[in-house]
Amino acid sequence: MAEFNPTIIGFACNWCCYAGADLAGTSRMKYPPNLRLIRVMCSGRIDPQFILKAFKEGADGIFIGGCHPGDCHYVSGNYKAEKRIDLLKGLLAGLSNEPERLELHWVSATEGQIFANEVTSFTERIRKLGPLALDAPAPVQQDAPPEKQTPVPAAEPVVPPPAEDSGRKPDLTHLKAVPEAGQFASRIPQFKIPDGA
Amino acid sequence: MAKNAPKIGVYICHCGINIAQTVDVKAVAEYAATLPNVVVARDYMYMCSDPGQDLIKKDIKEIGLTRVVVAACSPRMHEPTFRGAVFGAGMNPYLYEMCNIREQCSWVHVDKAEATAKAKDLIRSAVARASLLEPLEDRYADVTKAVMVVGAGIAGIQAALDIAEAGHKVYLVEREPSIGGHMAQLDKTFPTLDCSACILTPKMVDVSRHPNVELLTLSTVKKVSGFVGNFTVTVHQKARYVDVKQCTACGDCAKVCPQRFPNEFDLGLATRSAIYQPFPQAVPAAYCRNDQQCLGSLPLACGKCLQACEKKCIDFDQKDIVRDYEVGAIVIATGTDVFDATTLPEFGYGKYPDVLTSLEFERLCSAGGPTQGHIVRISDGEEPKDVVFIHCVGSRDKAVGNEYCSRVCCMFIIKQAHLLKDKMPDTNVTSYYMDIRAYGKGFEEFYDRVREEGVRFKRGKPSEIFRRKGKLVVRVDDTLLGKVIEHETDMVVLGVGLVPSEGYRELAQTLKLSLSSDRFFLEAHPKLRPVDTNIDGVYLAGCAQGPKDIPDTVAQAKGAASSAIALLNRGKVKVDPIVADINEDVCSSCHICEALCPYQALIYDEHKHTMTVNQILCKGCGVCPSACPSAAITLKHFTSAQIDAQLEALLERAGSSEEGAMQEPVKEKVEA
Repeated sequence: MAEFNPTIIGFACNWCCYAGADLAGTSRMKYPPNLRLIRVMCSGRIDPQFILKAFKEGADGIFIGGCHPGDCHYVSGNYKAEKRIDLLKGLLAGLSNEPERLELHWVSATEGQIFANEVTSFTERIRKLGPLALDAPAPVQQDAPPEKQTPVPAAEPVVPPPAEDSGRKPDLTHLKAVPEAGQFASRIPQFKIPDGA
Repeated sequence: MAKNAPKIGVYICHCGINIAQTVDVKAVAEYAATLPNVVVARDYMYMCSDPGQDLIKKDIKEIGLTRVVVAACSPRMHEPTFRGAVFGAGMNPYLYEMCNIREQCSWVHVDKAEATAKAKDLIRSAVARASLLEPLEDRYADVTKAVMVVGAGIAGIQAALDIAEAGHKVYLVEREPSIGGHMAQLDKTFPTLDCSACILTPKMVDVSRHPNVELLTLSTVKKVSGFVGNFTVTVHQKARYVDVKQCTACGDCAKVCPQRFPNEFDLGLATRSAIYQPFPQAVPAAYCRNDQQCLGSLPLACGKCLQACEKKCIDFDQKDIVRDYEVGAIVIATGTDVFDATTLPEFGYGKYPDVLTSLEFERLCSAGGPTQGHIVRISDGEEPKDVVFIHCVGSRDKAVGNEYCSRVCCMFIIKQAHLLKDKMPDTNVTSYYMDIRAYGKGFEEFYDRVREEGVRFKRGKPSEIFRRKGKLVVRVDDTLLGKVIEHETDMVVLGVGLVPSEGYRELAQTLKLSLSSDRFFLEAHPKLRPVDTNIDGVYLAGCAQGPKDIPDTVAQAKGAASSAIALLNRGKVKVDPIVADINEDVCSSCHICEALCPYQALIYDEHKHTMTVNQILCKGCGVCPSACPSAAITLKHFTSAQIDAQLEALLERAGSSEEGAMQEPVKEKVEA
C-alpha cells in the first residue's frame, strides 16, 4: 500500500501561532506539506463546529495553534479554546476512538522552530494512525486506496447530530417556534421568530 | 455564471524566485483561472511593486472586478499594501483576500509538486472565502494627546524629551526613586571617553523641568486597557514619604538615621541609610524613605529624621497612589539588568571578594563611587598589580540560556582596561575573550589604541577561578597558544552580559506584548519596524528591545518618540471594523456571550430583550460567535460562512483521488 498522505487542517491565531508559522517560513525551516492553515484572529474564534465539519469533509488531523497561557492578545481566548478542545476530544473519543487527531499547541510568535517541529511530529502521528474512518467503529480495515476510506456519504449520518450538540447544547425550547434544529447548525440565521419573543 | 456572482481576480506573485523556486507559479495561475467566480488570473514577478499593484488597479477598472485575491507573502507582511491598492481603485479594502504561499508554502517545503499542489489548495480556499467577503467600513477614533514612557533611563529620558518638545504631554514612569538608569552608574562611555554623568545629568534635569513632562518615580505600570490612541494605564506609585517639592536634599535626615543598608546604586560596595538619596545627582533631587527598612516614627523607636528635617518635608503618613492615566501611545524603555554572575559558580563571584562584575568595577572607577575613583581590591584595600578581565560572562552561552551577544561588553571591558591603565600604568592587564566585537563607529580604533597601551588580549574562555596562596588563579585554555594556562592575579572582572530588566514578563503580559526568544521585547519587524510592537501605539526604545550601546539606544528612543508624535499629530486612528455583530431576531438572550467577553462589549438591552455589541469596546476576537448557541453572533470578516467555505474548498480533494480531482476545463480566461 502506498504511503498514506494525511490531509491536515490547521487553525492558527493571528498573533502568536500564525506569526510563528510565518517565522518558520522566514527562517526557511522545513515541515511536511500536508498542513493547510486557516488564519483566525484568536484561537477563541475556533468554533467546535469548524473542527467537526473539517473531520466530516475529510480531514485526517486538525492542528490548532494559540498563544501561550497568559499571552493571549485578547486576554483569555486561548483558555476558552483549550476548554472547547478538551470537551471536543471527549466527543471525538466517542466517535472515532482517536481523540489524538485533534491537537492544541501553544506557539508564540518567536517559536518558528517549535511550530515546524510540532507540525512535523503531528503529521507523522496522523500518518501512522491512517485515514480517519468515522463510520467504522473498529480502526482501518479496508484495503482500498486510502483516499476512498473517508466516503462523505457514509460519514454523514454519524457526524451531524454531534455537530449540533457540540458547542451549542441548545436550550432552544424557550424560542417559541424553532423550525428545525438543523437551521441553527447550518448557520443561516435568516429565519424570523414569528412572534416577538 | 450567475448574474450577481462576484468577479474575482487572482494574482500570483513570483516574489523573484522566493515563491517561484518551489511553486510552479504559471501552473497555479492557470489552475486559479478555472476556479468558480474567477474572471482573471495573472502571475507577476513582484505583485507588491508599483507595476504589480497597477495590474490589479487596471483590472478592477477595466474588467470590473468585485473581489481581489493576491497569493504572495504573509498577510502580516503585505495585506495593508494591497488593501491600499484596491482602495485606490475604488474597491472596498475588505473585499481583498491574501493567500500566504510564501512563508507558509514555498519557504517551508522542498518538493515542487507538493508545494504547487498546496499552493493550489490555498488559493482555492482563498477564492472561496473571497466570494463571501463583505464590504466593511473603517471607523476612526480620536487620539489622546499624551504619551506614557515606561522607564526613565537614557532611552526613556530621550524619548520623553523629544515628545515633550513636540508639544505633547508625557508621563515618565520610573520604578526607582531617581531617573537616570544604568547610564548614571557609568564613569566613562566608550569609545570617546565622555564622562557619563556629564552628558546624562543635564538631560535628567531638562526632562524633570520640562513643562510637558510629569515625572512619576517609584511607580510601576499595573494595568493597561484600551487600544491605539486611547489607552488607559493604571500606575501604582509607591509613597516616598518625603515631599518632593519641599525637600532640598540637604541630607540632614540621612545623617541622623541609625540604619545602614547596601547602596543599590553602588551595587552594595557602599552603604546608605533608610532615608536616602540614591546618588548625589538624583532627579528628583529629593530624599526617599524605605518603609521596610525604617525603624518608624515613634519617638521610642526612632523618628530622628523627623526632628532633623527643618523644613518638615518628611511625612510618614503618605500613602501609595494608584491612578489611571489616559494616553494615546506608550513607549517601553524598561532597559536591562546585568547578568547574575552567581549563576556561574566556577567563576567564584560572591565567594571571592576580588571577583567583581564589570558594573561593580565601573563604580570603583567612578570619581563619585565608593572609593572616589581609586581602584583597589575589595578584600584588603590594596591596589591590584595584576587584573584579569573575562569576556562573555552570561552572553553567548547556551548553558545559562543566553545565546545572544550582549553587544556592549567587549567595548565596555576594553574601556575599563583603558581606565585601569590610565590610572595605574604599571598594572598588568589581561583580557580573555572569545571574539572581540568592535563593530561601531570608532570602536576598532579604540581597541587598537588600548592594545598599544599594553593591555594584553588573549583568546580563550576561562574555565575556573580559584584561590591559591592568597592569589586568585584563572585557569584558561589559551586557544591561540593551544595550551591550558593558570594565570595568577589580584583581581578578576567579569564582563557580564545584559538580560531583560526585572519585571519584563509581567509587563509583557500586562500589555500583551510578545517576547523574542532572548526574552527581550519583540519588535514588529526585525528590519523594517524595529521600534514598533505587535500592539499598535506601543513602541520600543533602548535595551528593552535588545542589548545596545548608548548611541543606538538614543537613536531608537528618538525613533520611538517620532512614531508616537506622528500618531498624536495625526489625531485620528483607524479602528478595525472587524467586530462582532448580533442578529437581534435570532438572539435568545441566553447571556452566554456576556460572560465570555473579556472586554464587557456584550450588553443586554432590556428594552429589546436581546444582547447588543458595543462596537467600540469589541476587539473582534471572535470568542462569542463560536459560543453562541443560536448562531446569532457574526464576527465580521471571519464569519462562519467564510470559514466553512475555506474548509470546504481545502478539503474538496480529500474525499477523491489526489490528482484526478484536478479538473482540466480551461474556460476562456485571460492570461498574463
